Amino acid sequence: MDRLSFDIAHLVAGGLVLVSFMLLYQDRLFALLNMFALQAVVLALSVGWQAYVQDAPHLYITAAITLAFKAIVIPVALHRIVARLGIHREVETVVATVPTMLAGIALVSLSMVVMLRVTQGADALAREDLAFALSVVLLGLLMMVTRRNAVSQVVGFMSLENGLILAATGAKGMPLVVEISVAFSILIALIVIGIFLFRIRERFDSVDLQALDESRGESR
Amino acid sequence: MGLIGDLSIQITQMLVVLLLSPLLTGFVRVVKARLLRRRGPPLLQPYRDLIKLARKEAIVADGASWLFRAAPYLIFAATWVAAALVPTFATGLLFSWSADLIVITALLGSARFFLALAGMDVGTSFGGLGSSREMMFATLAEPALIMIVFTLALIAGSTQLSTVAGFMLSPEVGLRVSLGMALIGLVIVAIAENARIPVDNPATHLELTMVHEAMVLEYSGRHLAMIELSSQLKLLLYVSLIACVFVPWGLAPVDAGFSAHLVGVAAYVGKLAAAGILLALFETTVAKMRVFRVPDFLGVALMLGLLATLLRFVSRGL
Repeated sequence: MDRLSFDIAHLVAGGLVLVSFMLLYQDRLFALLNMFALQAVVLALSVGWQAYVQDAPHLYITAAITLAFKAIVIPVALHRIVARLGIHREVETVVATVPTMLAGIALVSLSMVVMLRVTQGADALAREDLAFALSVVLLGLLMMVTRRNAVSQVVGFMSLENGLILAATGAKGMPLVVEISVAFSILIALIVIGIFLFRIRERFDSVDLQALDESRGESR
Repeated sequence: MGLIGDLSIQITQMLVVLLLSPLLTGFVRVVKARLLRRRGPPLLQPYRDLIKLARKEAIVADGASWLFRAAPYLIFAATWVAAALVPTFATGLLFSWSADLIVITALLGSARFFLALAGMDVGTSFGGLGSSREMMFATLAEPALIMIVFTLALIAGSTQLSTVAGFMLSPEVGLRVSLGMALIGLVIVAIAENARIPVDNPATHLELTMVHEAMVLEYSGRHLAMIELSSQLKLLLYVSLIACVFVPWGLAPVDAGFSAHLVGVAAYVGKLAAAGILLALFETTVAKMRVFRVPDFLGVALMLGLLATLLRFVSRGL
């Protein structure tokens, strides 16, 4: 593979990691949802470029699914939920921004150390994509851990799944059936989570998940 | 060209940065005023201010020690030397081979150190407050700058600014996400270090959120002139640094003729004007932050620096 196409793949995948960090930085729900849509657009670009480089037309379908569901349908749905719940003010973070960022950097370096060791001998593009994908997954997990608001936890979960798609496209040969079924299960997850959000709100008058801990008697 | 030629270029460079820096500050002020539909001060006002201050009597507070008097000269010297090391219109400066980006960072760090000491020396509450805030910002800004330097050094294979600029001109560079991150990080650090708007307001005295002005509140006369000139030099230094690393076109190469140097000077003035307009645009479009939000803003620069270094390892560590 020539250098330019590798550089572009690196640029887009690196951009995906950067957008994951920007997700961690946001403290308003609407801004968070817009950033999530941006992440999906970057992911679609990355998958599309992989399809072009690997000459694998089915990846174009993956890119289209990502673009349609994750960049448009899910953010719009979440926007509506947030507006309906009337919680478009602040996201309470458990940890402050700078320590979260530093933890994120530590996770990214961890994933690079692990992935570059494990995948020695593999194709350069696949190695790089796997390393970035693991970072995106870990950053999504970090987001779920550091946020208390249920909606931002959902966004963390969805961005984690974006990392999985990046990994799947980097390692050649993910069947299209799996791809489509994953996309649909994500949609179903969204619906289930949406219902749960309303149930949580009904019962506790807020979507702050600490209320759940308190009701179980586990609060600090 | 022999030693004499190199030396003359280096001396021209030192004079150019010294003479142009008030002009850049004045230019930014004029553009900002025009954007706000005011007429603003004349372009040469910073020179007049400096001359006026230099003629006035310097009043020193009763409790001030020798450090208070010496600090303005030390700060000015450190900043001027640092500015002389950045290639502005020509690479291959005589001094540039003996010092690199890390030295520039260290010189700026020592200038900051003396400024903070001078702020605390007189014992007024404003000075101490300004120094403590400056140090709070510095704990994030300096590591961020160092990480950006490391990124550039890893990519270009050298911390030497002339070599970095040469590398950026060559087709070797390619398309790199790390460089973009380093650019954004460097711009954030430059804005914070020069006390520009989201972090500090350069146009006001006696505001509760001021940082830089709070430290230099007790200075007057020629001491204040020195401080003002060094902060103007610092702005020029950061602009030149960004221009030299990220837009190195037009820099006269080593051993170039006279015409190449003329082209270099013209390109440099053009870059300064563009940077001034961009800075004024940015400053009029954003609002000033609360002081305790600034660590978050600088934390982004640090994060970008670290991330750029990490991503660089993945791209070429394969």
